Amino acid sequence: MSDGARTPVVGLESVAKHYGRFAALQDVSLDIAPGEVIGLLGHNGAGKTTLMKLILGLSAPSSGRVRVFGLDPHGKQANALRPRLGYLPESIAFYDALTGREVLDYFARLKGVDKRERDALLERVGLTEAAGRRVKTYSKGMRQRLGLAQALLGRPELLLLDEPTVGLDPMATRDFYATIDELRREGHTVILSSHILPGIEHHITRAVILGRGRLLVQGPLESLWRSAGLSFKVRVQGQWQDESWLDTLPARIEGLRRINGSRLEFAVHHEDKLAVVRALLARPEVQDLELAPPGLEALYVHFDRTVSDVPGGES
Amino acid sequence: MTAVLTVAWKEFRDGLRNRWVLAITLVFALLALGLSYFGAAASGSVGFTSLGTTIVSLASLAVFLIPLIALLLAYDSIVGEEERGTLLLLLTYPLGRVQLLAGKFLGHGAILGVSTLVGFGAAAVLIAFAAGDAAGTGLLPAFAYFILSATLLGWVFIALAYLISVCVSEKSRAAGLALLVWFFFVLVYDLGLLGTLVATGGGVGRDVFPYLLLLNPTDVFRLANLAGFEPARSYSGLMALARGHALQPAALTGILMLWVIVPLTLAAWRFRRREL
Repeated sequence: MSDGARTPVVGLESVAKHYGRFAALQDVSLDIAPGEVIGLLGHNGAGKTTLMKLILGLSAPSSGRVRVFGLDPHGKQANALRPRLGYLPESIAFYDALTGREVLDYFARLKGVDKRERDALLERVGLTEAAGRRVKTYSKGMRQRLGLAQALLGRPELLLLDEPTVGLDPMATRDFYATIDELRREGHTVILSSHILPGIEHHITRAVILGRGRLLVQGPLESLWRSAGLSFKVRVQGQWQDESWLDTLPARIEGLRRINGSRLEFAVHHEDKLAVVRALLARPEVQDLELAPPGLEALYVHFDRTVSDVPGGES
Repeated sequence: MTAVLTVAWKEFRDGLRNRWVLAITLVFALLALGLSYFGAAASGSVGFTSLGTTIVSLASLAVFLIPLIALLLAYDSIVGEEERGTLLLLLTYPLGRVQLLAGKFLGHGAILGVSTLVGFGAAAVLIAFAAGDAAGTGLLPAFAYFILSATLLGWVFIALAYLISVCVSEKSRAAGLALLVWFFFVLVYDLGLLGTLVATGGGVGRDVFPYLLLLNPTDVFRLANLAGFEPARSYSGLMALARGHALQPAALTGILMLWVIVPLTLAAWRFRRREL
């Protein structure tokens, strides 16, 4: 599309979704540009899946407007839109009696995708060898990779992945995110939901945090950390007689905790992080050092409070 | 249309793979052969006796078996996909809800249709060979009509199974409801009618009863296959009611088709409105 650069891939305008009296989403406005990798973050029940369903056109918003590539995903144009979307639902089981290749064949035929692409996708997600085995024998990670291959059928411009790394072991998770990075380089727009932050932070260009059906905050994670003034946790291990050397650090430290004689933990503000790390590296006492960014919990608590403080923003 | 056929072919192949087709075909063939051979055992002889006895006893057994098989085959069509997570996924494909249902129906319908045709058809051919002249020329047409009505009866219950499947959100509920539906149509309904008739001394609604039978697809099937044969009189208490109102086979076939279309339409309507 020639106007692809200008039309947002996804445009939400004050979207709300009610199931009976339960408000799954309220007043969500969001634009997603081509090539973005969005981390849709929030706890279980925050409205992540509901938001994906609205974008996919699986349900219609109770109020507000949803546009995908400028079209209504729930309207008559939906079928024109669908070949351009790829979706990986949360914890999908597929068809146990079919082989991996047959499952992918079925979905490829439904999407009108050539069979040759199927084999290339199996290769890409590393399932070529297992393709002839029944899905029943697959591990959780293999099923998830099959699901990803399915979502990639027809080279969709927009990919929606719902909790793709739940239940994956660390190796499988790493592989999965490597694929996400590849997709970003290839220019796909990706929406990735997760209820945990660690692991995802380096792979997304923007975080969108949902809480109780509201959009709490959005932006690059770095700037969210900064604007929230959240602190990083620093864990230090080493040999020291006393802790007086801590006073030489260039910034104020908070919440000092002694884990044992040779381990300490404290928090520093985002903007002091680098200076403190440099100073720590220069100290002969320090033998090892670990830095942990604030988790989703901290961001969530911070921004949830901020939103609740807005007049009229009660839930 | 391609999408509908893709779904249909997948369902049919599932049926081949998990041996539904084979199992149903064998059961039907053995049933037909067994009944035609031992059908007259009560009167002290074995071997093919009469076409009437064979069709009547086949129909009385099929009326229990076919609805049960159809319901078992299809009760989890939608709710099962939902529990696996594939329903949401399928609906993000260029595939409408009605198309999905239509594809499933074509697939399941073909499973039942092929099994019925091959199972009973093979039996009919064998009987024709074995019985020779005793079978007479009426055998194949009678069997053909029996197979047609049996297939339609199966499709009726596939359609009812879909209606169940789109209305519930758990597979176990669908299974329970399917059994209830089977129980109702195959046993309770007739018993209720008979009970009412006896309790009122036959005075109430004598004229209405034949039409009430049409409200139960299993009775329509029975009417279609029993009414035409002499031995049916001793077998079919309720069917005697319909005597005199005798509907033509073509009309009964039409009513069975209505029984396929109405639940299927209801299921499609309910499925379209369903919030996922």
